[in-house]
Amino acid sequence: MITRLVPHPILSATLTLVWLGLVNKVTLGNLLLGAMLGLAIPMLTAAYWPNRPRLRKPMVAARYIGMVLWDIVIANVEVAMIILFKRRDEVHSQWIVIPLDLTSPEAITWLAGTITLTPGTVSATLSADASSILVHCLHTDDPGDVRDTIKARYEAPLKEIFP
Amino acid sequence: MTVIAEILVSFFLVVGGIFGLVGSFGLLKLRTTMQRLHSPTKATTLGVGGVLIASMLYFLLVGGTLSFHELLITLFLFLTAPITAHFIAKTYMARNLKPTDLPETGRDLGWAIYDDAPGSGTD
Repeated sequence: MITRLVPHPILSATLTLVWLGLVNKVTLGNLLLGAMLGLAIPMLTAAYWPNRPRLRKPMVAARYIGMVLWDIVIANVEVAMIILFKRRDEVHSQWIVIPLDLTSPEAITWLAGTITLTPGTVSATLSADASSILVHCLHTDDPGDVRDTIKARYEAPLKEIFP
Repeated sequence: MTVIAEILVSFFLVVGGIFGLVGSFGLLKLRTTMQRLHSPTKATTLGVGGVLIASMLYFLLVGGTLSFHELLITLFLFLTAPITAHFIAKTYMARNLKPTDLPETGRDLGWAIYDDAPGSGTD
């Protein structure tokens, strides 16, 4: 009964918080309206998430988000340094192929988004069976090292979060 | 408005401005489309981030109210930036690159731009 009424508790909480943020004022009326939206939208869209994976370890997920936010700051400085101080012909861009151990579409989406936001890499496409990801690296002389870093730093925690 | 608040707000505004400028300069300097893709997805994120932090600090220290809009802008920015970059990368690859320009997948099937997913013809 509860799972039918609230099929997606995290989405409900997120929607309520986003609504409160949008109106930018916490009052009882806004809270109720936000909660109504938070309950109605997941119920109406539940059919579109058939095999939704459960978020197993919220603490690992929170630490992952914090780590990625910090890496984004580092990434910005690194890319800015490359843009400002490297000569055009010194920028060695490479394609990197990363074989994936993740299987759920949600986990791969997280990984692809993380790769695009962090140090000098943009995720470009997946292989047709979603078992490898193609990454474009702005500047590297050691593609193997970049691949190992992404697998250890981002894919390993994602495997814990989405088992 | 105290001097400390003024210094803090202007510091973040200047940092944001510098990163925005560097990101836009990257569009001019880098050579290929894939390289140019890096500069708006990274350097500009921190540029916008700096301005948003400055805005939050301003409303907190001067207006005395906590503003959530900046957090939402950050959230939406982080959701949309990778997706936009992904679209641009895929369009560029489909129009300008051949499968032989890219490295092998190391798996049975090729990249999704050129090969269909297994079983996609049947269902």
